[in-house]
Amino acid sequence: MIGDKIAQKHGAGGPAMRALIESVFVTGLGPAGAGLAAMDDGAAIAVGDRFLVLTTDSYVIKPLFFPGGDIGRLAISGTVNDLAMMGATEPLGLTCAVVIEAGFAIADLERIRDSMRATCAEAGACIVTGDTKVMGKGELDGIVINTSGVGFAKRVVPDSGLRPGDRIIVTGSLGDHGFAVMAARHKLELEGALASDVAPLNGLVRTALAAGGESVSAMKDPTRGGLSSALREMAAKGEVGIVLHEASLPVRPEVRAASELLGIDPLHVANEGKAVIGVRAEAADRVLQALQAHSLGRDAAIIGTCVAERPGSVILDTGFGRRLLAEPEGELLPRIC
Amino acid sequence: MTSGVGELKFRDPRRARELTAALVRLVHSLDRAPVTLMHVCGTHEQAIARFGLRASLPPALRVIMGPGCPVCVTDLCEVDESVALALQGVRIATYGDMVKLPGSSKSLADAQAEGARVEVVYSATQAVELARASDEPLVFFASGFETTAVATAATVLSKPPANFSVLSAHKYVPPAMEAVARLPEARVEGFLAAGHAAVITGYGLFEDFARRHRTPVVVAGFEPLDILAALVKLLEMIRDGEYSAANAYPRCVTREGNRRAQESLWRVFEAVDGPWRGIGVIPSGNLQLREEWAALDARRRFRIDVSGLTQTVQSDLSRRCLCGKIMVGLVEPSDCPLFGRECRPESPVGACMVSSEGTCKIWHQYGGRPDLGGTP
Repeated sequence: MIGDKIAQKHGAGGPAMRALIESVFVTGLGPAGAGLAAMDDGAAIAVGDRFLVLTTDSYVIKPLFFPGGDIGRLAISGTVNDLAMMGATEPLGLTCAVVIEAGFAIADLERIRDSMRATCAEAGACIVTGDTKVMGKGELDGIVINTSGVGFAKRVVPDSGLRPGDRIIVTGSLGDHGFAVMAARHKLELEGALASDVAPLNGLVRTALAAGGESVSAMKDPTRGGLSSALREMAAKGEVGIVLHEASLPVRPEVRAASELLGIDPLHVANEGKAVIGVRAEAADRVLQALQAHSLGRDAAIIGTCVAERPGSVILDTGFGRRLLAEPEGELLPRIC
Repeated sequence: MTSGVGELKFRDPRRARELTAALVRLVHSLDRAPVTLMHVCGTHEQAIARFGLRASLPPALRVIMGPGCPVCVTDLCEVDESVALALQGVRIATYGDMVKLPGSSKSLADAQAEGARVEVVYSATQAVELARASDEPLVFFASGFETTAVATAATVLSKPPANFSVLSAHKYVPPAMEAVARLPEARVEGFLAAGHAAVITGYGLFEDFARRHRTPVVVAGFEPLDILAALVKLLEMIRDGEYSAANAYPRCVTREGNRRAQESLWRVFEAVDGPWRGIGVIPSGNLQLREEWAALDARRRFRIDVSGLTQTVQSDLSRRCLCGKIMVGLVEPSDCPLFGRECRPESPVGACMVSSEGTCKIWHQYGGRPDLGGTP
């Protein structure tokens, strides 16, 4: 599946990327632990009775500025969210490394910096160290930003914790980021205002954990590969089937319109300000209400249920029948987050 | 947050449950299993797969896809002609799915990688615009059933520039239905006909066919309720021995169809015997430009030499490909040993995995035909 050369699909968040990471990095870098082998959003290192959660991510996106956000907001939100998805909702510190192409406008760099500062303030995070490199013109496309983050979690919420009977909650509308970037990149004149949902989710996740406690069984942010990839991975790791009810999926009308026009499923498209949360059935309504009371979770919805049948599969109930939800293959849209 | 009013009318799950209940009663009353119904349209397959309709149908009812994907039935030698022209340096314009379609040894995408100029267009008119923007020859490699053939006919009739010509891979569906109806092993008891094609041809076209083959035909639209209602009608006609054509898409289709479109179609094209990939020669199945339009016919205008492209030895993979049997509804994609393994959308072996109208591509996209009826 991986071939002998890197292709765009190896960065798309789907099966090809998992195959690459498993065959090149996990087997080659071990040892197995709460880190690499689990292939979760970050690593959890036991320190006394707590866990130090550590995560890193590099950000490349075209265009750098898009409706609803920019690469700076993305670089802070993405790393804060990876920490939060593991249960570390109060980041201790972030690092920021930038690689910049010669010729890049200082004004754009300052705009990105301002956006990072504002997003850090929103998340209650701060950048504590960094690095800057410049490469020759044409040696990279504009700018690449890497951020890492650390934070403590009392209880690590893995993405593998789903059990039959658990409810699946999504914290808001699906596909907003992917379609906003797509429309901006291709200058599509689409009706309605498409805007990225990029946002730090640690406050929202804190709310969910406060309401659900131990009943929150699994969390993941549906970034590259969209909801379908996130759920497939959660179903496979938790060894459960997931039945989704299509009518309950929150999708904005403008995203639905764009999706029908472009023939791209909103469930296959990246989100940068949403979480998928697995909750034990008895706590589902309580967690949902807490999420809906938060400004980033107003459109939160219970979208499905975990079952013992068909472990590893995601089944979409369309209201007319049922089908398996496939994962996107290859790259719908390169360089999106 | 989800749907508009127009959508609700044809996407009402409650009405869908009533229709599936009717299907269960009807299949039961026929008292033989399985009952096989065939549709002949990629858009029907997309709707059936997208909405997971098969999981709600009674197990004794099989709804299968026939030769309903124009890209899939485009023959190897037709692709070879386009590739040969492209490699000779002629600029080609064609629909997106046609670019990746494998020929005997090369696709247009391969030719493009070797430097040939291949442009993707979304309509026949767009191909004419491309021709108009320059003086060099431009060949429109035209594919599609009668629906898109009408659009090609309209451009031919609209006095296109002298550098424009058409390499027609257009196909005509009714003769292919004849061929499938004659296959003894197919055992198709009724046909769903494609609503958009019937807008042009009218449903009356199928009356004679239905009588001769003692197989009812129902014209269907593309919303889930359109399809379920048409299946109910088909089963009722089978139960009552009513071997005629019916219209379950009256909001768009009439008995006569669009007379003006039919006139343009047959003024420009004539139906000739020709090969359909994986199926064989279909009598009157290909649409060829009439003599009167010879100047616009790429086959008459250029010397097309495909001898360098044809391969006498089939590759091992393509020998194992079951597209031919899939396209006449004898087997399903999941019966193919290559499906989802060696044959995937990014590296298709057979034509059915290339086009968004192809059965294999659709099944791959929507997770195939899982038995999900029993999942809680």
